[in-house]
Amino acid sequence: MKKIVLLFFLISFTFFLKAQNVPSVEIKTLNGLMFNTDSINRMNKPVVLSFWATWCVPCIKELSAISDNYDDWKEEADFEVIAVSIDDSRSASRVAPFVNGRGWQFRVFLDPNQNFKRAMNIVNVPHTFLLDKNGKIVWQHTSYTDGDEEYLFELIKKLNSGEEINK
Amino acid sequence: MEKRLINKLLFISILVFLLSPILAFSQLGGQIHGNFQTDVYLYGEDSLIGALKPSHKVGIMGYANFIYELENFSAGLRYEAYLNTPEGIDPRYDGQGIPYRFLQYSKDNYKIVVGNFYEQFGNGLVLRSYEDKTLGIDNSIDGILAHFSPTKGIMFKGLAGKQRFFWDKGAGIVRGIDGEVNMSELIKVFKSANLTFGASVVSKYEADLDPIYKLPENVLAFSDRISFSYKNFVFQSEYVFKYNDPSSDNNFIYQNGEALLFITSYTTKGFGIVTQTKSLYNMSFRSSRTANLNNLSINYIPAISKTQSYSLASMYPYASQSNGETGFQADIFFKIPKKTKIGGKYGTNISLNFSYVNSIKKTPISDTILIGQSGTLGYNAELFTFGDELYYRDFNVEVSKKFSKHLKTIFMFQNLFYNYKVLRGKMGENVFANLGVADITYRINYNNTIKTQLQALFTEQDYGDWAMGLLQYTFKRKWFVVFMDQYNYGNKDDKKRVHYYNFALGYTKGSGRIQLGYGKQREGMLCVGGVCREVPAMYGFTLSASVSF
Repeated sequence: MKKIVLLFFLISFTFFLKAQNVPSVEIKTLNGLMFNTDSINRMNKPVVLSFWATWCVPCIKELSAISDNYDDWKEEADFEVIAVSIDDSRSASRVAPFVNGRGWQFRVFLDPNQNFKRAMNIVNVPHTFLLDKNGKIVWQHTSYTDGDEEYLFELIKKLNSGEEINK
Repeated sequence: MEKRLINKLLFISILVFLLSPILAFSQLGGQIHGNFQTDVYLYGEDSLIGALKPSHKVGIMGYANFIYELENFSAGLRYEAYLNTPEGIDPRYDGQGIPYRFLQYSKDNYKIVVGNFYEQFGNGLVLRSYEDKTLGIDNSIDGILAHFSPTKGIMFKGLAGKQRFFWDKGAGIVRGIDGEVNMSELIKVFKSANLTFGASVVSKYEADLDPIYKLPENVLAFSDRISFSYKNFVFQSEYVFKYNDPSSDNNFIYQNGEALLFITSYTTKGFGIVTQTKSLYNMSFRSSRTANLNNLSINYIPAISKTQSYSLASMYPYASQSNGETGFQADIFFKIPKKTKIGGKYGTNISLNFSYVNSIKKTPISDTILIGQSGTLGYNAELFTFGDELYYRDFNVEVSKKFSKHLKTIFMFQNLFYNYKVLRGKMGENVFANLGVADITYRINYNNTIKTQLQALFTEQDYGDWAMGLLQYTFKRKWFVVFMDQYNYGNKDDKKRVHYYNFALGYTKGSGRIQLGYGKQREGMLCVGGVCREVPAMYGFTLSASVSF
């Protein structure tokens, strides 16, 4: 009997399993303006969507590594980087000076009550997604190890040339 | 036999019937996603460090979120299980079930939610419901929530409900509205300027069943906020007033509460500075008068100090004092440009942080009434005054430098003062400490990385001096082994000069992560984003796993 129950659940689940889009959540720009995450789906190019916080050392390592390579990569591929800070109101005001102080060139948003983080089912930061030009999540990764950014860039180039990504 | 067959058929048809809505949904399309996380502790005893072995031997905590989305509709639930609740997390979590579920519909300019939700007004000083599993915090509101934006630049929010209290709900009802107007979205005159106004009103209702005092059944709090930015300059402020709300937090006094927060920042490429100034008194706001710890908080008071990331640096963390504090914090971030002598090939990042928090000045309301005496006004206080007691002071500097593609380093120095009695709520000497951290990552090749951390904390008080070393080896990009030792070599008691060693093996792939650990954990404070809980000493095995899908 248990097997039948399991089978039913598995069948019903397979209907759902398909690439996911970015859900619509209100987050804020560093200037305090509302930004609906739904528009990330309409960027028409690959998007690196990375969740981080000013108190998260591996997150900063990952985004610094992306920032170090940013100019070179941009010459080779067409893509966008969006970094979403989950700093709450204790440290949210530190984000803009931090980002500028480091000279990060990509767009940074604030998710102070972690609504976007929750909608994206993130357990811990850093958590990075790669979206294709239709906003479909084609790859995701949690935690950071030095060099992860090189693999990520390989995937971006694959997307640029229209290749499929095998997870 | 035949009866069993009939039963079976009956069961299958019931199942099909029950599953048919899911199957119907799947015909419509939509997507389902979620996550899963579990922590398992196998406890051993170590009387020297004070690690106890509970009678149930094993602590298990796990949860899974499922969210279904179809166009403008979404629905979700979280199943949680605490079997038994891991040591250090409130044992009132013991049990399992679905404490979180919601239905949501959102369209162009509005959103409605019924069920559980998380919401924040402004900086959260008047209302913030949120969750943090590692701290055992979940004050989600079960009720109704609506957002409405009549035009771009204007947003209204309204909510009502009861807050989660372990497997039950708090006694009080929370009701609130919030409005925010962004002038620059409405009038596009100044391109480089931005002006935003906001205001909130939050009220709670809790029946008065007190045999001694006549308590207010409705407590109102309101806040106004402003945010102004011009080019690279930002100014923000929020003011909150809360009517009298006698509770166990303030020893049942009838004083009102106030809070005022200022933030200014200036940034330009390669440089950023931000200051925060805050003063408040009597700002505890919960949906039950007798709730304590991290339970049933309606508001959130951000701590005016940097969230420290390194383990010894987070040994003496600051936590906001809702009964009164005046504090100041400044941060400076800058980058010594690349291709200069000090900057090196990649540039050097430097951040400085200074924070200072003091008690607020409280004066007696009369000669015969003690400060904070139950059943009275308690005291008189004014914002931005200083009392006699220093709560916390922290100066820290962090230098982060990348030497090559292979070698990255971070160095940190910290000097702090920690008011033990106030911040721990028990007797003890105030702590003066100096701390140094070196965090060095060496990448051997694409697949292999070595990370080391050396930390030292010097203090005459509390546990005395500590040294800590960490070695992590990541191989094949997915596997890692960590060995860590925190050595309390400066403990005044010779016998307590203990090595708190830890060994862990882990594997990460995609959104999944699994880690097995063995070792000892010192008792102390565990803090995430500035909210803390006390954790007991622990010894034994841990297993944690998580995945998002």
